[in-house]
Amino acid sequence: MPADQTADHRRLAGMASAATLEQLEPRPGVPKPDPILIAHGVARRFGGLTAVEVDHVEIQRGVITALIGPNGAGKTTFFNLLTGFDKANEGSWSFEGKPLNGVAAHKVARRGMVRTFQLTKALSKLSVLDNMRLGATGQKGENFFRALVPRLWTGQQKEIDERARDLLSRFKLDAKEQDFAGSLSGGQRKLLEMARALMVEPTMVMLDEPMAGVNPALTQSLLGHVKDLRTQGMTVLFVEHDMDMVRDISDWVIVMAQGKIVAEGPPDVVMADQAVIDAYLGAHHDDDLSPEEQQAELAAGEAELDAIAEKRESS
Amino acid sequence: MDFGVILTNSLTALLNAEALYLALAALGLNIHFGYTGLLNFGQVGFLTVAAYGLGVGVTYLDLPFFAAILLGLGLAVLLALLLGIPTLRLRADYLAIVTIASSEVLRLVARSAALRDVTGGSAGITGFADGFYSLNPLPAGRYGIGPVDYNESRMWLLLVGWSLVVLGSILVFMLMRSPWGRVLKAIREDEDAVRSLGKNVVGYKMQSLILGGLFGALAGFVFALANSSIQPDNYSTLLTFFAFTAMILGGAGRILGPVIGAIIFSSFFTFLENLLVQAVRAEYIPTSILDSNQVGIVRFILVGVLLMALMIFRPQGIFGDKKELALDAR
Repeated sequence: MPADQTADHRRLAGMASAATLEQLEPRPGVPKPDPILIAHGVARRFGGLTAVEVDHVEIQRGVITALIGPNGAGKTTFFNLLTGFDKANEGSWSFEGKPLNGVAAHKVARRGMVRTFQLTKALSKLSVLDNMRLGATGQKGENFFRALVPRLWTGQQKEIDERARDLLSRFKLDAKEQDFAGSLSGGQRKLLEMARALMVEPTMVMLDEPMAGVNPALTQSLLGHVKDLRTQGMTVLFVEHDMDMVRDISDWVIVMAQGKIVAEGPPDVVMADQAVIDAYLGAHHDDDLSPEEQQAELAAGEAELDAIAEKRESS
Repeated sequence: MDFGVILTNSLTALLNAEALYLALAALGLNIHFGYTGLLNFGQVGFLTVAAYGLGVGVTYLDLPFFAAILLGLGLAVLLALLLGIPTLRLRADYLAIVTIASSEVLRLVARSAALRDVTGGSAGITGFADGFYSLNPLPAGRYGIGPVDYNESRMWLLLVGWSLVVLGSILVFMLMRSPWGRVLKAIREDEDAVRSLGKNVVGYKMQSLILGGLFGALAGFVFALANSSIQPDNYSTLLTFFAFTAMILGGAGRILGPVIGAIIFSSFFTFLENLLVQAVRAEYIPTSILDSNQVGIVRFILVGVLLMALMIFRPQGIFGDKKELALDAR
C-alpha cells in the first residue's frame, strides 16, 4: 500500500525531527532542521498597541509545537495573522516554502493549514454529519450550476460521507451524526471542530485552546487525538494555558509575552527556565496545594454554590 | 355587516397579484436572510430596477418585451454586484444599511424631475404591458372558482406568476439540499468557520445576493404588470418589510415558508381592511372611535400587533422548527 508507506515515512520523519529538536539550542528564533512554517518580522498594531511583534520563528514539520504565554500575549492574534483572519502591518511568512502573507483565509486553508477557534464554531443548525461534510475540499456540488445536477456530485458525496463517518467514530461522535451540532456539549463541539478540520486533509493543524472548557473526562481523549495527528504525519501548532497538557504532548514550546517571542525550547527546558516561570506563567503556577489548602478551596466553592442556589430559589 | 363581501375579497386576495409578488420577493429574501443570513433591507430595490428596466426598456428604448425583461434582470444582477462588492467583506449590518439606503436612493432617482423623459418622474410609466398581455392565450371572460373570479388578463398574469413561484421553489429546494446550499447555511451560522474550511465565503454570499435579487426582479415585473403601470412611490421600503413579514410568518429558511406566508399575509391584510370597513359601515364601531378614512392606517397597526404576537407565540413561523430556535438559546 503506497498510501500506508507514505504515512509510515511521514511518521518516521516526525519521530526523527522530534529527536533532532532535542539537540537544538533553546533560544527564541532558533532555525529548525525542517521548518514547515517560517515567519519573519511579523507585526500587528491596534492603534498605539503593538499586539504582535515576532522577529523570527520557525515551526518544525511533523511535531507538536505549543504556543504559550499569559493572557494578552498576542497568541491568538498571531494565529489570526498566520491563517489570514487578520492583516499584519508588516512582515512575511511562508508555508512549505511558499509565501503566505496577504493570502485570504480560505486560500490558506486550501493550502493545507487549517485552524480551529478558541470559542468553538460548531455550525449549530447543521447536523453533525453536515458539519463534517462541509470540511471536505474540492466538492463538485459546491458549484452553483453543478449543484442543480445531483448526478454530478452524489458519488463524491458518498466518499465524503464514508470519510466523515470514519472520523466521527474515531472521535466517538458517530451516534450523534444526525443531531444538530448545537445540541452537543461544549467538549463534544471541540471534538467536532477538530474532526471537521481534519476533513480538509490538512498538513498543518492550528488549534486555538483545544482544551478550554472541556471537562476532564474528555481531556484525555482530546489529548490522544492531538497525538494521533502527529502520528499521521501532521504538524500541530496549538495555543494552550494548561501546563500539564503542554508538558504531556508537545515536542517544542514557544513562549510569547507582550507580542514577542521570549523563549523557545523543549517543554522541560522551557518550564525549568525560572525567568519564564516567574515572568509569564506566574510564580506559583506549579506548586501543589497542601491538603489544608485544598479543603479550604473546596469549602469556599461549596459555599459559593449554596449561595447561588439560595439566590435562585428566592427569586 | 356583509360577511359575503369580506369572505369574497379575502379569498380573492389569496392568490391575487399582491400575494404573488410578495411571494416572489420573499422567496428571494429567504435565500438572502433565511439561508445565507444576509440582512437585505432593500429587497424593493431589486423590484425597482427590474420594473423600471422593463418600463423604460419598452417605452423609452423601444425594446421588445422579452429584451426589456432581460434588461430588468441584468439591472438586478448589476445592483447585487454594486451592493455586494463593497459590503460583503464587512459585517452583516453594513449590508443592511447599504441596502435600505440604496433602495430609497433608487426610488428617489426614479421619481426625480430631471429624469422625467426617461422614467416619467413622479407620474411613473404606463403603456409597457401590452407585450405581456398580447401573449395571453386565454379567451376573454371570467375565470375562477365559487365567489373568486378574475378577468382573462389577471388570470394570465397569475398563471405565469404562480408557475414562476413553483419553479422557483423547486430551484431553491434543489439548491438547498446540494453541497452549495450547505455552504450557504453554514455561512448563516458562522462565516469564519466556513472560511477556515477553505470556502470562498464572499463568493458564495455574492451568488446568494444575485440569486435572491433575481427573484426580487421577478416580483418587480409582476408588480409592474399587475397594475400595468409603475408608480415610483409604490416602491418604498414598506414593500421590503411586507416581504420580510411574509417570510417570517411562513418560516425563514423553509422552502414553502415565504410562499405560504405571502398568501396568508396578503389575504389576511385584505380581510382586516374589509372587516373594519364593514364594521364601521354597519356602525358596530362608532365613528367617534374610527371612521372609514382611518381604516387604512388602523389595519397597519393591527398587522404590527399580530406580528408581535407571532414573534412571541410562534417565533419560528408556520413551517419553522422549534428545536432550531432552542439551539440559539444556548
